Amino acid sequence: MYTIVKKEELSPGVKLFVVKAELIARKCQPGQFVILRIDENGERIPLTIADFDRDAGTITLIFQEVGNTTRQLGTLNEGDALLDLAGPLGKATHIEKFGTVVCVGGGIGVAPVYPIARAYKQAGNKVVSIIGARNADLLIMEKEMAAVSDILHITTDDGSKGRKGFVIHPLQEMIDAGEKIDLVMAIGPVIMMRSVADVTRPHGIPTLVSLNPIMVDGTGMCGGCRVNIGGKNKFACVDGPEFDAHQVDFNGLMVRQRMYQDYEKMARCSEGGNCQCNK
Amino acid sequence: MQQVKHKMPEQPAEERRRNFNEVALGYEEATARAEAARCLQCKTAPCRQGCPVEINIPQFIKHVKDGDFDAAIDEIKAKNNLPAVCGRVCPQEDQCEKYCIMGKKGEPVGIGRLERFAADCAMARGRRDKATAPQEALGKVAVIGAGPAGLTTAGDLARLGYKVTVFEALHAPGGVLMYGIPEFRLPKAIVQREIAALRDLGVDIQVNAVIGKTFTIDELLNEEGYDAVFIGTGAGLPHFMDIPGENYNGVYSANEFLTRVNLMKAYQHPHTGTPVRVGRKVAVVGGGNVAMDSARTALRLGAEQVYIVYRRSMEELPARHEEAEHAIEEGIDFRLLTAPVQVLGDDKGWVTGLECIKMELGEPDASGRRSPVPVAGSNFVLDVDTVVIAIGQGPNPLVQDTTPGLAVNKRGNIVADEAGATSKAGVFAGGDIVTGAATVILAMGAGKKAAAKIHEYVQNKKAAR
Repeated sequence: MYTIVKKEELSPGVKLFVVKAELIARKCQPGQFVILRIDENGERIPLTIADFDRDAGTITLIFQEVGNTTRQLGTLNEGDALLDLAGPLGKATHIEKFGTVVCVGGGIGVAPVYPIARAYKQAGNKVVSIIGARNADLLIMEKEMAAVSDILHITTDDGSKGRKGFVIHPLQEMIDAGEKIDLVMAIGPVIMMRSVADVTRPHGIPTLVSLNPIMVDGTGMCGGCRVNIGGKNKFACVDGPEFDAHQVDFNGLMVRQRMYQDYEKMARCSEGGNCQCNK
Repeated sequence: MQQVKHKMPEQPAEERRRNFNEVALGYEEATARAEAARCLQCKTAPCRQGCPVEINIPQFIKHVKDGDFDAAIDEIKAKNNLPAVCGRVCPQEDQCEKYCIMGKKGEPVGIGRLERFAADCAMARGRRDKATAPQEALGKVAVIGAGPAGLTTAGDLARLGYKVTVFEALHAPGGVLMYGIPEFRLPKAIVQREIAALRDLGVDIQVNAVIGKTFTIDELLNEEGYDAVFIGTGAGLPHFMDIPGENYNGVYSANEFLTRVNLMKAYQHPHTGTPVRVGRKVAVVGGGNVAMDSARTALRLGAEQVYIVYRRSMEELPARHEEAEHAIEEGIDFRLLTAPVQVLGDDKGWVTGLECIKMELGEPDASGRRSPVPVAGSNFVLDVDTVVIAIGQGPNPLVQDTTPGLAVNKRGNIVADEAGATSKAGVFAGGDIVTGAATVILAMGAGKKAAAKIHEYVQNKKAAR
């Protein structure tokens, strides 16, 4: 069992857990994820590690309540425990001094970007971060990102915080102004990552994205997380989760993420509450 | 004397095709004793040469005949830690029973059925193995993977008195016995009870421990104080066909399909969290036991029509005869000499069909089987909305990639000798990770040999100190 030692609500529907998991905290690196299972009947879901404290033996998980499992997860409190937590899984981010690195985080994607940006910064890079959300309420980890970035841009779709617009706008401006960018790391909704890839592709700027497809085991066993990368299928769990954004078949990924939408609804109906079917 | 085996009762095909209860129901006591009486008690016991874990077969059968069921299970357990499993899933027709003298004129003795009877009988009476306390001084061994190979190694070493820790990546031990083989062929409660018996022997099982990630092999040997490591990580990486349309929604690897249903109990969704999409019509590609399991699982999940698509003929079908027979009885539609060309889908990305081509058998290939050759212009479309690909699995690379000095072959399998020794001192391996995908019992045989070798290695090392 893995005890939740701290719970925080970062924005409506977005929660942070600090979880006691000594073996994982000892080994995990930026870019890696865990697979968790809440209870005996639970499904296995992947969550990226948003932070870790090796001395305290804890990892930080940040999640948005979008599916049945994440909603159930949100009802847990400090002192409750997760039944299963496996990891650290996936390949760690390759960290070295590249020069100028732009870290882009959209919505909940800011959480996994944070430890990566911090590691780039510690490796001596100039870190320019761009974080965005639909509105000010949904923006998370501004302070943390500011602390590890040389420059921090904030965008919101409605302009309620930072500038109005999308995360690609400050990025496009940097490119237009002729600023030298050695690497872009983007994590967020698939559509955002695809937009970032489209912006950097014509300029040949190396761009990485971290993918979060549907997974079962997270160890290469099921192939459910397969994504077409440059014409070849790769398993996000063991070959990724980070890939060259210019090679990713984002459309295929979006289709596969919709695989169980109807089943999610079915489960919600059977729970009796919060049914979305008739809305 | 009766020339044929006593029949084992089964659920009728019409009934069982829609439920997950076990198909074969096992012998009653009287039938078991009558079947045991068919054994000639040959002095030479040719059956024993067919048993990878070296059970004293005539002896345990004699105990069944005499009604001494405790003695029967003790005799089996002296060699086999998973008798209830083996009695169900071993291909006895290619092993012990193949060599049975009774088989020369009629049918061999139902050795597998008797093993199952002895194991079930002991379980039903709640008989537990004597708990043993591990002796740290003898040695400490880490086993990677709680599947058939690893559990066998762990059990044998624990019986010798070693302190054994099994590291399992998933949340439940059992490996393919839990995620792969379906409930209706091997009830999960039985697997867990056999594993509980290993715990009684003092085996410690750590789940959620992904070796290569949580710990590396070198860390286990150098920092965690293990004297030796056994790698039994199996054949866990599913192969796809590399044909167009393989990423459409509704295409599963057999591993994913079966894991969702068996390990994650998707057949109870939404009571359980994991869904599985079965569809109305399902094509399972492949002809092995995994393909049969997938097809019969799809049927039980409510599919109206389930096809097996296999590129050779019934004669070459690699599945056990019994499994194919059961599948046919249940109404699985075998499309033989048929190979998939592409998966068809709609503009939303969902499977709408499987385009296939007819094959004919040509010259024998390297494996001695006649190789299938496409018949030009014979393409047709199977109307399906789900495709399950069961064409085999490769080795999972997590351990090999993180273990310097561990030799692997060009397919990525760990290189190990007959006894399980690898190129790295203190590291042993066996089962599918060495041989490529094979059977439960062959993995157990390899685990058994490795346990003996590990014992020798650790004691030599300690003596040299």
